[in-house]
Amino acid sequence: MKIKEIKELQGYANKIRKDVIEAVYNAKSGHPGGSLSIAEILAVLYFNQMNIDEKNPKARGRDRLVLSKGHTSPALYSALALRGFFEEDKIKSFRNIESILQGHPDMLKVPGVDCSTGSLGQGLSIANGMAIASKLDSEGVRVYCICGDGEIEEGQIWEAAMTSAHYKLDNLCLIIDNNNLQIDGKVTEVMNVYPIDEKFKSFGFETINVDGHNITELIQAFEQAKKIKGKPTAIIANTIKGKGVSFMENQAEWHGKAPNEEQYKKAMEELNNIK
Amino acid sequence: MDESKKIATRQSYGEKLAELGENNEEIVVFDSDLSEATKTCIFAKKFPNRFFDMGIAEQDMISTAAGVATFGKIPFASTFAMFATGRAYDQIRNSVCYPNLNVKICASHSGVTVGEDGATHQMIEDIGLMRGLPNMRVMCTSDDIQTKWAVEEIAKLNGPVYLRLCRLATPVIYNENQKFEFGKAVQIGDGEDATIFATGVVVSEAIKAKEELEKMGINVRVIDIHTIKPIDKEIIIKCAKETKKLISIEDHSIIGGLGTAISEVLTEEYPAKLIRMGIKDTFGKSGKATELLEYYKLTATAIIEEVKKQ
Repeated sequence: MKIKEIKELQGYANKIRKDVIEAVYNAKSGHPGGSLSIAEILAVLYFNQMNIDEKNPKARGRDRLVLSKGHTSPALYSALALRGFFEEDKIKSFRNIESILQGHPDMLKVPGVDCSTGSLGQGLSIANGMAIASKLDSEGVRVYCICGDGEIEEGQIWEAAMTSAHYKLDNLCLIIDNNNLQIDGKVTEVMNVYPIDEKFKSFGFETINVDGHNITELIQAFEQAKKIKGKPTAIIANTIKGKGVSFMENQAEWHGKAPNEEQYKKAMEELNNIK
Repeated sequence: MDESKKIATRQSYGEKLAELGENNEEIVVFDSDLSEATKTCIFAKKFPNRFFDMGIAEQDMISTAAGVATFGKIPFASTFAMFATGRAYDQIRNSVCYPNLNVKICASHSGVTVGEDGATHQMIEDIGLMRGLPNMRVMCTSDDIQTKWAVEEIAKLNGPVYLRLCRLATPVIYNENQKFEFGKAVQIGDGEDATIFATGVVVSEAIKAKEELEKMGINVRVIDIHTIKPIDKEIIIKCAKETKKLISIEDHSIIGGLGTAISEVLTEEYPAKLIRMGIKDTFGKSGKATELLEYYKLTATAIIEEVKKQ
């Protein structure tokens, strides 16, 4: 991978972060913390990995993404807008009554959204269904699913994990956004989910641990996942909730809160200063 | 009605589904470890590549079916009504109905006619739960012929459907030539003394009551409501205008089910008194299905009593 390309992808991640702050500030509600933690993951998927065509958002053989942690929609909307699925200025209409950009992703309204999500814990099952359907038709589609670390407290995730392995869904790649925080505090204190990698391994997944903010490591992990046959892959992406905005980093209170004007300006200033 | 020939609607479902699978390769079937009971086993044996047993995990089954539907497939997901609509309600709401995905939820073992397994397995709130969901269509069929038609019909409809099926074998009501239409109830007889609106497993009881009442010089009509949502408003209003008494009967709670759906139409369109026969805000219990029908007053005898009451 050329340094130039990595810089370009990092640039998209930074742009996603600015859009997240813009969206949540304008809506005066939303979830900045977990949106900021998945910026690199989405930048790599949408600008390096996924086989998609913004001019044909419903193309049959396209790769799919299920954002199971649907509350981090502003990051997804930004990636889709940057990729050209819709105009970027729509980001400012996030959560507005007239907007296609609902609080949680709506596949019937937003071009490029492959799956409606919001109620936590359902996305991996839906992604499994997509992977099964693709295998039935030998379409070679890769299905990506992003879950939060808090989200895997939902029992359905483990039902789905059994299914992914049982049906040998090697075209499925689960990414755990392991930012260590959930609404009520630290994941270890609210309801401990660790060890995440050992759990998925024992459920029959290939697991890969990466720094979720390192573009090179993410690309390598996705490439490695493509080579694994006969079983699904779980990439445990170690991330920082609120990444990129100093006062939001590692603060559970920024899970679902909008910045005020002063905070908005400070956040944008910090993000604009990232080279 | 042929009382000597009894078939459970779950059996008709299983047979028809396997038949449809021959010509429609998009049909994919899911079950949660109950394929022998829901009769999806017939499809499974014929098309093992398009049958997915999800184990005892109904929530996962429903969302997986939703994922398959996004690829243009026609997933049928089956288990007992209790676990399909109760355990996986959130999944039906958010994974299936909100994105309006083409998932057919065909659940057997509805109502107290489950029998010996008792209250934990006797789903009597499912019509109410499913009826309230935007985009969802709700069907509850009464015999073999109607069920086979319904299975074919819902495979053609695009969008979520809940089909309520039963364990208990009941008489074949219709002949092969009977025409049905989605959203249109079937009128049996044109008596004006009373209307008996019925759905599912108790339609045959309503017909038996009609025949007995005729011998007593009381003329009633039976309205077999196979499509509960969208409900046939027209026939409800017509019957309210034409008959002296209105009764609804269902193997379901009187809260939220057929009786409630009819009441909603009457209240807004043609206010009239409706007597709701069904499970009266209580749980079911163990016993033989036929004993339970008697216990909960869901028999021809109970209907006759209700019609004759002043």
